[in-house]
Amino acid sequence: MTADPGTLAALALLLPAASFLLLAVAFPLRRSGRAAGLVSVLCSAGALAAALGAWARQTPEGMTRIVYEWIPQEAGSLATVGVLADADSTIMLVLVALVSFLVQVYSLGYLDAEPRPALGRYYTYQSLFAFSMMGVVLAPGFLQLFIFWELVGLCSYLLIGYWYERPEAARAAVKAFWITKAGDVGLLIGIVLLWYRAGTFDFLEIYDLVRAGQLSVAGLGLVTFCLYLGAMGKSAQFPLHVWLPDAMEGPTPVSALIHAATMVTAGVYLLRRTIWLFALTPDVLQLIGWIGAFTALLAAVLACVQSDIKRVLAYSTVSQLGYMMTAMGAGFAAAGFLHLLTHGVFKALLFLGAGAVIHAVGSNDIYHMGGLRRAMPQTHIVFVVGTLSLAGIPLFGGFYSKEEILGAVWSGGLVWPFWMLVLAAFLTAFYMFRVVFIAFWGERHAGGHGAAHGHEGGHLHDAPAVMSVPLWILAALSVGIGIYFVRHHGEPEFTAPGWLTPLAVGVAVGGIVLAWLTYQARVVSADDLARAFAPIRRAALARFWLDDFFEGLYRGVLLGLSRLAGWVDRYLVDGLVNVFSAWTLTWGDRLRRIQSGLPQDYVYGLAVGLLLLLIWVQWPR
Amino acid sequence: MPTSMPLQAYLVLAAVLFAIGLFGVVTRRNTIGILLGIELMLNSVNINLVAFARFAGDTAGLVFTVFTISITVAEVALGLALVILIFRVRRTAVADHLDLLQG
Repeated sequence: MTADPGTLAALALLLPAASFLLLAVAFPLRRSGRAAGLVSVLCSAGALAAALGAWARQTPEGMTRIVYEWIPQEAGSLATVGVLADADSTIMLVLVALVSFLVQVYSLGYLDAEPRPALGRYYTYQSLFAFSMMGVVLAPGFLQLFIFWELVGLCSYLLIGYWYERPEAARAAVKAFWITKAGDVGLLIGIVLLWYRAGTFDFLEIYDLVRAGQLSVAGLGLVTFCLYLGAMGKSAQFPLHVWLPDAMEGPTPVSALIHAATMVTAGVYLLRRTIWLFALTPDVLQLIGWIGAFTALLAAVLACVQSDIKRVLAYSTVSQLGYMMTAMGAGFAAAGFLHLLTHGVFKALLFLGAGAVIHAVGSNDIYHMGGLRRAMPQTHIVFVVGTLSLAGIPLFGGFYSKEEILGAVWSGGLVWPFWMLVLAAFLTAFYMFRVVFIAFWGERHAGGHGAAHGHEGGHLHDAPAVMSVPLWILAALSVGIGIYFVRHHGEPEFTAPGWLTPLAVGVAVGGIVLAWLTYQARVVSADDLARAFAPIRRAALARFWLDDFFEGLYRGVLLGLSRLAGWVDRYLVDGLVNVFSAWTLTWGDRLRRIQSGLPQDYVYGLAVGLLLLLIWVQWPR
Repeated sequence: MPTSMPLQAYLVLAAVLFAIGLFGVVTRRNTIGILLGIELMLNSVNINLVAFARFAGDTAGLVFTVFTISITVAEVALGLALVILIFRVRRTAVADHLDLLQG
């Protein structure tokens, strides 16, 4: 059977949709829990196979479009829906399908103890998410992209709030939804403005307009900025990044899939898709680069003071998204996209590894762990592989994409962002190895795995195969991608200076060494470090007061406005209505009194009225 | 023509009769009195019909008058039955006491 990439991609898109519909409608199946999980896993395995097939058949220059007219109008149709398969979307499709499949398998083990209806609900959402994310990836135009963009946001909300009985989880879900929604409003405005100028939602048609120079550049900056706002919300760029750390209230596999590998990269993917549009507005690109670099550095600082392993990883994700965005801002979208792919693999690995640890220890706090290297050797190895990849050590996937980004940013002329990224790279290596040394090396903490955490006697062990096999696959991929890049180092779009590689490796090793000196060898005192950076540390512990700022903004502006609107409604609008109703009542009461109820009065009135009428008719005029 | 009385004489008679009937309807306390007033008003209409029929030379008016009289009989029967029923229920037939429709 020969099928073109577009058909296979459409198949990959529709399999999770079928799984979602089946689980949503057939509620006995959903409530059975594990069976629902198996349905979902099978469908995502099929989707992965189809995605791999589409990717294998995809040529670098080829492009397959399967589109249908939507919202018919007199001349053509308003929008197209369907599938646009090209080199970028198929590789992204593979990433989404792969991580989605592995996470679903992993969840069978991780959420083993969940009640069965809840597990079925979880897999229903997972299927919906896989479908929506693939819809974003394969969208041929802005309108479809926006619809699926909102759908992934919905799935994110539902899955963060999976344990909705916990108030923190419910609050985090609402927070994530609201803050990304703030960006999405910008995205929607940008899409409509662009449609107003170009007359179409279709990527290819807009691209043709741009290439023919028929899209006027004047005022286009507002459009691209609005589009960027959407990407800012989804991809957790400063200052809209505050939702991502809180999103860690969801189950860890969800964090791995949605809040590390796929959904949060949708903003980067959007920029990758439309970089030719952003290239017309260099000012906005410059802004994207600066914000990206600032986000990368800020989040790296924040990650250094966290003791919750998932929050470290969450800030690390924000930081890496900043890297990708900076590359976009430098105009080298391919470098950012490459980092998106490698980051998707190794960050999913890190999250799933952290999940295995949390599953065993029963706590998120790295100070409750310690010495896990001996208790959980497999998890230790894969976690270190992921950490080395994230830190940017050669031979691991993350090194090459990060170096590409640094080279791209340097060539793009963003000097200050470049140095911010270098500093962030140093901090990345430091905070990740801080986690490794505290949680996996070092001594076991006596109070750590006591009765409070449900593991009497502390017999910790590696996760079961259903969880560890996905870890090993991702670890193998992290290394495999690195080795692939050693052997096929493609021609880059730019020429990086020769000192870049030593610098990148140097800062990474420097970070690792500092972490080792501080938390393992204890040559440098952690307290001294904390004292040396006391102001920064205090600010970071307070999350740079951004959450307080947003809360104050919410309380001050939004609640103030609500109170004002409430006052206007209560006293002005209601007052007017009350005046009218009182007036009606008074006059009704007065008119009531002429109804005596005596038939003779009515006859009398009738006769007098008739007489008056006759007089009026006969009146000479 | 048996008489030289003009049409206006009949009409004035009918109008006077109608006014008397209306006066009775509006002023009588007893419901039976009100019914009698209504009968007077109906008969004034009958006089009008007969007079116009006679002066126009059209017998249709006479025929209609016969119909009107017979329907009036039925109406009186119904009206009296209503009065009796009201008396049984309310223990009164005085119009001033029948003010259930008061607003």
